[in-house]
Amino acid sequence: MANDRDHGGGSGLLATRGLSVYYDQFQAVREVDFSIEAGEIVGLIGANGAGKSSFLKAIVGQVDRIEGAIEFCGQSLTSMSTPAISAAGIALVPEGRRLFPSLTVDENLRIGLSIGRRGPITLEQVYQWFPSIASRRVQLARSLSGGEQQMVALGRALLTNPRLLLCDEISLGLAPVVVGQLYEFLPSLRTSGMGLLIVEQDVRRSLAMADRFYCLLEGAVCFSGRSKETDRDTIMQHYFGV
Amino acid sequence: MALELINQIIQGALIGGLYVLFAIGLSLSLGVMRFVNIAHGDLIVLASFILMSFSAILGLSPFIVAALLMPVAFLAFYALQRLLLQRLVGTNMLGVILVTFGLAIVIQNGLLETYGPDTRKLSGGALELKSINIGGGLSIGLYPLLVFATAVVVIFALDRFLYRTSIGSRIRAVADDPAAANLIGLPSAKIYGIAMGVVGLTVMSAACCMSVWTNFDPEIGPSRLLIAFEVVVLGGLGSLWGTLVGGIIIGVAQNLGAQVDAAWQILAQHLVFLVILFLRPQGLFSRGSRT
Repeated sequence: MANDRDHGGGSGLLATRGLSVYYDQFQAVREVDFSIEAGEIVGLIGANGAGKSSFLKAIVGQVDRIEGAIEFCGQSLTSMSTPAISAAGIALVPEGRRLFPSLTVDENLRIGLSIGRRGPITLEQVYQWFPSIASRRVQLARSLSGGEQQMVALGRALLTNPRLLLCDEISLGLAPVVVGQLYEFLPSLRTSGMGLLIVEQDVRRSLAMADRFYCLLEGAVCFSGRSKETDRDTIMQHYFGV
Repeated sequence: MALELINQIIQGALIGGLYVLFAIGLSLSLGVMRFVNIAHGDLIVLASFILMSFSAILGLSPFIVAALLMPVAFLAFYALQRLLLQRLVGTNMLGVILVTFGLAIVIQNGLLETYGPDTRKLSGGALELKSINIGGGLSIGLYPLLVFATAVVVIFALDRFLYRTSIGSRIRAVADDPAAANLIGLPSAKIYGIAMGVVGLTVMSAACCMSVWTNFDPEIGPSRLLIAFEVVVLGGLGSLWGTLVGGIIIGVAQNLGAQVDAAWQILAQHLVFLVILFLRPQGLFSRGSRT
């Protein structure tokens, strides 16, 4: 097991130690040690059911039971409510986008404003980043295309002015050209010191963007390292647990 | 004859205003928050009795007492949501129906124990007796007119609240997808509590208008609930202005039915409801029609 540990000394944003997640009797995540720094992009890869989404949900306080520690900017998250975690600066772009279908684009985005921190990202800034939703601001979210909905979901999360952005499968079900646009945009966020944790099935895309990666297999970290120093075949072997 | 018909339609539309007030809280909980509150009618009756007691103790008009009790109504309904109903969010519909049904029985029996089975009515003073001549030999009571105006104002205010304020859109967001709301950090329990608090305000207005207009006793809650249900479903779930139209239609149907035969009053109400529901199962103004 190659374990890259040379990320200490930077400005630690979030770290988990021995994090396990349980749903009733089922253990979805097994003793994961993880860390991410400000301005860093970390990819979390793994097959379906490897525990990636559960790991993200554990960070935002939306799982039944956890063991272990989660620290965010020196503060323990383990007993905090999701609204408090959002206010502290962690935003989730949930799998499947999860917009509020009967609300307009504008209202969906303003939900983000109402739950997060005050900061430099404004409604106007989001519309500047995603001009195609700016012209649809009074349309109901359910009337948008998948790509546009994903932009609204991303915008909603960004409007909370997060210090850490969690993206869960944002390319799922989208046209490749839209995915390309999103993945071109995301790295620009790091200049402000925002950390990005990207969960992605598409390993190639994930590694192309991430500084470091963690690979989950049956809930446990089976492999981690720097994206540039690791060849894809090695990762794929760990990915499938062979 | 024609004049009598017009008169009955006008009087029916005005009592429709009262039905709108019964229904508006249900329109919010059923149409927007999507849970069935079987105790809605009994909560209105409970509020009427509380109004009666405080009115007697303080020696004040029920209108003033209702205004004073508004914050209490908000907090009581907020607490009802947080302490009882919130436990049922995310479970199936049956749980909510059973718990609110149980609540209805508790309220009815509690009121019977406390106040006895007598029929009551509150006095609105001179206001009840005044009427306005609208020409052609027709006159309308000032009080029914004020109740109707109250219903329109409440609908308008609630519509603004839900569709023009930040907390309004958060309420609709939580109603749309409670799990998604939790996931992104909306405090859904608190938001549902606030929505229910607003339902409490409408229940207090309904109680005030009803207790001065008609007789009430501890056991009329279910019949009020039935009217409220028909009004909400007729107007279309989630449409507040639909609730206004639904109330007017039910009121007019009752009055015209009563012209045929006194026994036809309630029958006409249900028949009109069934016919419209048959023609438009989604109600007159369904949620999607809003721009």
